[in-house]
This record gives sequence, C-alpha cells and structure tokens, in this order.
Amino acid sequence: MTDERLIFEGSAPGRRGASLPGDDVPPEITLSDLEPELCRPGTEMLPELSELDVVRHYTRLSQWNFSIATNFYPLGSCTMKYNPIVNEWAARLPGFAGIHPMWPAPLVQGALALCVELEAMLAEVSGMDAVTLTPAAGAQGEFVGIKMIRAHHVRAGRARRKVLIPASAHGTNPATSALCGYDVVEIPVGSDGLVHLGDVAPQVDDDVAAIMITNPNTLGLFEPEIGAIAKAVHEKGGLVYIDGANMNALCGISRPGDIGADVLHINLHKTFSTPHGGGGPGAGPVCVKKILEPYLPVPRVHRAEGGFELSEDQPHSIGRVRTFQGNFGMLVRAFTYMSALGGDGITRMSERAVLNANYLRERLRGTLAIAQDQPCLHECVFTDQAFAGTGVKTLDIAKRLLDFGFHSPTIYFPLVVAGALMIEPTETESRETLDAFVAVMQTIVAEAASDPERLTGAPYRTRVRRLDETRAARKPVLRWRPGTGTDGESD
Amino acid sequence: MDFTPHTEADLAEMLAAMGLSRTADLFEHIPADLRLNRPLDIAPGLCEPDLRARVAAIASRNRAETLSFVGAGAYQHFVPAAVDALASRSEFATAYTPYQPEVSQGTLQAIFEFQTVSAILLGTEIANASMYDGASAAAEAVLMALRLGAREERRTVYLARSLHPAVRQTIATYASDLEGVVLREIPFGADGRLDLVSLQEEGIPACIVAGHPNFFGVVEDLRVASSWARARGALLVSVTLEPLALGWLTPPGALGADIAVAEGQGLGLPVAWGGPGVGLFGTREKFLRAMPGRLVGETVDMEGRRAFCLTLSTREQHIRREKATSNICTNHSLCALAFTICVSLLGPRGLQDLARINARKLRYAVGKMRESGLSEVFSGPTFNESVLRGPGAAERWEKLLRRGIVAGLPLGRWYPELGDAILLCATDAHRRTDVDRLASEWSAANAGRA
Repeated sequence: MTDERLIFEGSAPGRRGASLPGDDVPPEITLSDLEPELCRPGTEMLPELSELDVVRHYTRLSQWNFSIATNFYPLGSCTMKYNPIVNEWAARLPGFAGIHPMWPAPLVQGALALCVELEAMLAEVSGMDAVTLTPAAGAQGEFVGIKMIRAHHVRAGRARRKVLIPASAHGTNPATSALCGYDVVEIPVGSDGLVHLGDVAPQVDDDVAAIMITNPNTLGLFEPEIGAIAKAVHEKGGLVYIDGANMNALCGISRPGDIGADVLHINLHKTFSTPHGGGGPGAGPVCVKKILEPYLPVPRVHRAEGGFELSEDQPHSIGRVRTFQGNFGMLVRAFTYMSALGGDGITRMSERAVLNANYLRERLRGTLAIAQDQPCLHECVFTDQAFAGTGVKTLDIAKRLLDFGFHSPTIYFPLVVAGALMIEPTETESRETLDAFVAVMQTIVAEAASDPERLTGAPYRTRVRRLDETRAARKPVLRWRPGTGTDGESD
Repeated sequence: MDFTPHTEADLAEMLAAMGLSRTADLFEHIPADLRLNRPLDIAPGLCEPDLRARVAAIASRNRAETLSFVGAGAYQHFVPAAVDALASRSEFATAYTPYQPEVSQGTLQAIFEFQTVSAILLGTEIANASMYDGASAAAEAVLMALRLGAREERRTVYLARSLHPAVRQTIATYASDLEGVVLREIPFGADGRLDLVSLQEEGIPACIVAGHPNFFGVVEDLRVASSWARARGALLVSVTLEPLALGWLTPPGALGADIAVAEGQGLGLPVAWGGPGVGLFGTREKFLRAMPGRLVGETVDMEGRRAFCLTLSTREQHIRREKATSNICTNHSLCALAFTICVSLLGPRGLQDLARINARKLRYAVGKMRESGLSEVFSGPTFNESVLRGPGAAERWEKLLRRGIVAGLPLGRWYPELGDAILLCATDAHRRTDVDRLASEWSAANAGRA
C-alpha cells in the first residue's frame, strides 16, 4: 500500500508551491517601524513543496478515508445522509463566498434575506416562534439554549440550580449545563428505553431550571410521555429544552414546539445535509418560543426600512457567542437543500429515513438482538447479546464491518444499552445497500461463533490495522518535530 | 427534487417486509395529539435548474464586487486554486469525526499536520485539532485560564480594550455565569498598545488577554504583557485574528503567551460573511490536560506502521459529561484542512513574502490617505490595518459607499473616543491602483462631489 509521509517530511529547501501576487508598491516603502525583536526570522519548520507535491499528498490522504461519497456510513445519531453537490455549488457562488461580515447592510441584502427565509423554514419545521442561525455547532446551540433559559430565570428573580437530563442523553447535554453553572440531575431511563413521568415528577421542584430531553431519544424511540413531562416541568416554572439532534426522524411528522419545547437546537449537518467535514464545520441554529426570544444571541436579522439589517440592540440578549453572525457557508447549503426538497420533500425525507431504519431493524432481527423491540424512528439499536459468550465484543463487529467496506455504526452508545450498536441508515440509502449490509452482518455474526479470532483481529483490508490507542494516550505525540523522522517502518 | 432512491416497488416491498401497507403506519405509535396533522407550510420543492436560478438570484443581491478596505477579523488574501480543489474532495468533506481510525487516516493525518502547523505559527509547544473560530477559541482560552487558576481563586480576567469588540463580547458571554469572575479592561495608549501603567488593578488575576496584532492593526509588544502577567502569577492569552500576520511577526508563544489562539480564515478560506472559519488553539505542554477540544496523536498499528488516532478524550464531553473541559464535541476539521493546505502551498518563504506584501501595501495606503487629508491615530507599528482620522471622515465614507467603495470600518459604534476614525485594511488582494482609486475618490469626496 502506498505510504505517504507527513507533509513536513518531503520538504526541499527553496521549492515553491504558490505563485504569489506581485508586490506593486514602490521600493522606497520600508517595514523598518517594527521592532526587530517582534519580527519573525522565518517559519523554517513549514514545508517547502511544489504544487504537485501538495496535490498528491492530500489526494492520497483523502483516499484513506471512508466517507458518505464512497461508503455506507450508518453512524447512529450522526445522520450521515448524502450531501448534495448542488449545495457545494451554492456556497461557492461569489455572491455568498465573497461578502465581508462587517459590510454595511445595503451590500448584503441577499445574505440577510436568505437568513430570514431559512429562519422561517426552521421555525415551521420545529413549531417554534423565533430562530437564531448563529451557533457554530449543536454543542454551541445547546450552550446558547441553556444560557437563554438561565437569563429567563434570572430576570424572573433567580437562576435556579438544576437541569434534569435522562441517562440516555448525549454527553454534550450535561457538559453544557455545567458550563452554564447548573447542577445536573440524571433521570433514569425505564426498562423500555423511555423516560417516564413517574421518574421525572419527583425531581421537579422550583429549583429546576429546565429538563433537556432528546426526542426521538438516542434509542431511536419517540418519547410518548414527553407532552406530560413538559407540562409537569412547566407547572413548576421550569423550561423544556428539546435536543433536536434527531430531527431527521420527525420533520413534517411531529413538531417539538407543539409538544412542549421552549427551546431546541437543530444540527444542520445532520438533518439538513451540510457535509460533516471530518468533524465540522457544522451549524446549530436554535429555535425558541416567544418567551425566550428577548434572550437570543446577537446579532439578529431585522426587517428595517428598505430591507434587512443586523441588529445588536437587544437589551436582554445573552450576548455574542462568536466573532461573526454564523457559519454562513453552512446556512447557504441548508437553505439550498430545504429549497430543493420543499415542504413535501422534507416530510418525505423523514418518512423514508424512518422506513429505512425500521426495514433494517426488521431484516436484522434474528441476526442481532434488538435493544427495545418496538417500532423505531430514524435509527435502530442492538445489544451485544447475539454474540455474547463467543469472546467477540461490539468493537470487533464494528472493526470487521470495515473489511466489507461499511463504516461501523455508533458503538457503546447510548450508555444504557449493553454493548450497543446504533445504526442510522438515513433516507438516502437504497434498499440494495441495506440488504447488502444485512448480508454482511449475518456473515460477521456467523464468524463470531465459528471463528472469533477472525473478528478480534479485524480489520485486515484497511490502510492500517488496529491501533495502539493506549500508547497514543500514555506518551502523547501531538505534533511533528524536525529531526524526529518517525515513520512506521523504523519505529 | 429530493435525494431518496426509493422506487414505488421498493416502498411497497419494504413496507410489506414489516407487515405494513402505508408509510403512515410507521408513525402510528406516536400519540395522535403529538403529531402534526397537516402538511408543512413550506414552498414545494424545486427542480435543479429552478433551484440554481433561485439561489443565484439571492446571491446576486449581495454586492460581492465592492472594492472593500475592511478587515477587522475577516481577510481576503490570495488563495491558490489547489486549496479548494483538495479540501472540497468528497472523501474529506463527507466523512465524519474519525472514530474508526483504520478508515479515517486521511482526516487524522491532516489534523495532525494542522496541529503541527498551528504550533509552528503560534510558537507554542502543542496545539489542538481546532475550535469554531477566533472569538470562541479566545473564550475557551479564558475558561481554561480560570480553571488553571481556580485553586488560587484567580477570578479576574483582564481584557485589552484594543481586542476585537466581538472577541470581548464573546468572552463576556462565556464567562457571564461563572461565579465570582470579573472582567476588567486594559486601556490603550497613544501608540495603540496596551497601557498597563495606568491600569487600575483589583482582584487576583487569572489571565490577561491581548491581540497580536490588536483590533487597531497595531502590533503589541507581548513581552511587556508577559512580564506583567508573570509577576502576578497570571497567564497571558494572545488572540490573532489575521493569521497571515504570523508569517511576519514573532510568534506569540515565543514572546511569552501561555495560551495563543488565532482565527485561521485568512489563510485558505473565503470571508463568506463571517463563517465558517477555524480557531487555532495552542498552549504549553504542561497545560495539556486542561486544554479544550479534540486532539489527534501519533501511534502505531498492530503491524508497527505509523498511524494516527483521536487521543486524550478523557477530557471531553462524551466521556466526562458534566466534568469535561468544554462542551465542544466537534472541531472545524474541513476548514483546518484548507488552512493546512494553504500554508503548505505557500511554504515559509511564500508566507513571509505574502505577509510583507500586506505590510507594505498598508504603508502605501496610509501614505496615500495622508495625502488625502487623513492621519494615523496611533504611533505604534502596524501589520495590514491602521486607524485613520480626518475632517469629515464619516460623510466621505458614506459618499464612497455610494460609489461602490467601502473605505474601511467606522469605529464609533464600539469606540466613542474614536468616533471620527476608520479602521483601514490593505492586503495583497488590493492592487496599487485600487488604493490609488480609494485615495482619489476620498479626495474628490472632500471637494464635496457626491
């Protein structure tokens, strides 16, 4: 297999990879005003390469990735759907890519109008009253949401102390609550995988600022008691944060705003098809009910005389959370996607995401043990029971899948399921792909019984085999340094 | 148009496999009162030609062709065509967080290279896999400094008034619910640099936060800030929003910054109305476990080959939950990749040359504007931005706007004391003739022509 050194290791002094613009300023202009000690002698450790060197290097690296464009990628809770190419075309239009965030409003009316339309579409999908497009990611959206809840309580007299979070929640929920100064109270999840009013009610008092609840939950199940739970929290003056990470299941089917949410965030990189980019950038718009609108972060888009403008004049706002107004490039992509689908297409999107997940669940029945045997929504979750006693673990199943060209599902999450395999196929996968995945899973589970070592040693056909992750953590090497010259063969 | 592959036959057979007859049956288990029983009120979908026409029409309402001299945290520089061609490859763009390192070595090695480039440019021992942007990275740096100073009850954060206003606002938002934390402001002097002499001190400082260069384009002498911080046991946090400056200036780490953050947009990414960009975050090795964000580390696979994986995730939210160092769970990987590719193409000479072109262009522009009646407000050395003032500046700025020129950023909104001043940015993206046009239009506006 072709090896590829680090970009720094192929450097040749004096080689150039970019054709710079000319320096057309008269020679008498000098840079002598800067103290010599503040002037960098050079950035010698950076690589000196030709354009082809760089092109070959990153093209090769790209080929070592699994991606949606190359592989089925059923990573549960991440909604790895197809990212339409037309979105990429849109984001690169000079009218979007070339506009400066600090320009006066008359120069950016298109951008402002796009934001207003996108806000309206997200408000309709979520059943909420107002939207901010600012947050850079779901986690920042959560931060904004909990900050607003806190601002609401502070204005009413006191911040309150606690946020209730079910045990099945994503780790960001408790981390965000702590970041905003709240104590986290974990709510147990029933043996049916659901949150029950009976477990929430005893915890609800007037010190509860909010409940953060994911619907559908991380088992892919609709929380049927969510309306009653929201009512109980509201009765004590608390607010309801619905984590919209799994909105891909419910667009046009059920709206968080109609079932008790006061605030929710939506991950555009999940539900609305902006590419995950190997970990970002994403975008995490936050939708709120009227009572929280005064606290939305700045800037906000406003209708003004003769057009739209950005406003920071929001006396109760939680403030600013980033340098500029949002991950606009991602907003353009999501807007393009929603415009392509339309209201009917967005509903069809969710219907077929749910269809695909239920189809997989049904087809895998008998091969893997279903965590909760009830109809699921966008994803289905299995336990490790089918291969228990073989010495094979969930991780081994995940690794073996890679040999067959399938990315692994999310594993060991949610934490409330033993050895969880969480599979989210999304609506853009064909029946043939799902059937092929099922066939491979059947082969692998059979291997677990007949040849467990085959699995515990997997993968075999990938660029590298299993990694020594303990070594990475114990002796962290987090950057290249000149002269270290480590390459795999000699180490 | 949608992107689902289901044929009518697929739908019928898949439903039948589950014993269902209609798609609606899939949702029967949702309580009826929690369902939306009407179509979404969103316009019908569009075919691709109509979609493209509609999106292009919106884009055309933006005046991207405007001749602009605004920087202020977002910079237009030359970007080699290879950057977007490589960074937009679907294999990078449509992968996710590299949880399965065996099939994510491309993303992982690229992040490892980014961490290295970040550390080199920032002059720090280590750097993470990236943050959302410059301001949120600065806010995370302050939170980290507060964590490190918690045992000594260090709760005062000194923010330079010369920091980008959005950075100060963002830090204020992130710190606002932390008990006992006080933000105090460091004034700037006549040279535009930190004025630590007239600072009124109060409380035990956790950190001091300064720009490098600052919002006014002035290059701070971070050595002064560093010794001030060191004498008080506090940390120095530096914030660079113009990454190209790091090709010319001594890196903040080498000047004593304990945590150095930067916005990377200016190298490889479009301004795109402010996002996405990428936050660089570097610090000392001894602070590693207090650092927020993802990290990629080098290791070997079971056959001894060099390989990379996510590491030290015990600091992170998915493991530590409410005890994590940050709630961040992604980075801006694809932007970090574009940044790394851009720096690799420029190389050390290209970066330095491009930086010097910027510094010289600014000095040329300041000279031309001086001839047109403006003068520099600050005496300190600058990189590619400078604060200028002169008679009737606000009125002339408006007149130029009507003629398709944004003559810098008026500062009065954030700095009443600089109410008549503009922040002017000149870069390699401006030709000398652009600067000449700015100066002559400014003079013409001076003569009262609309």
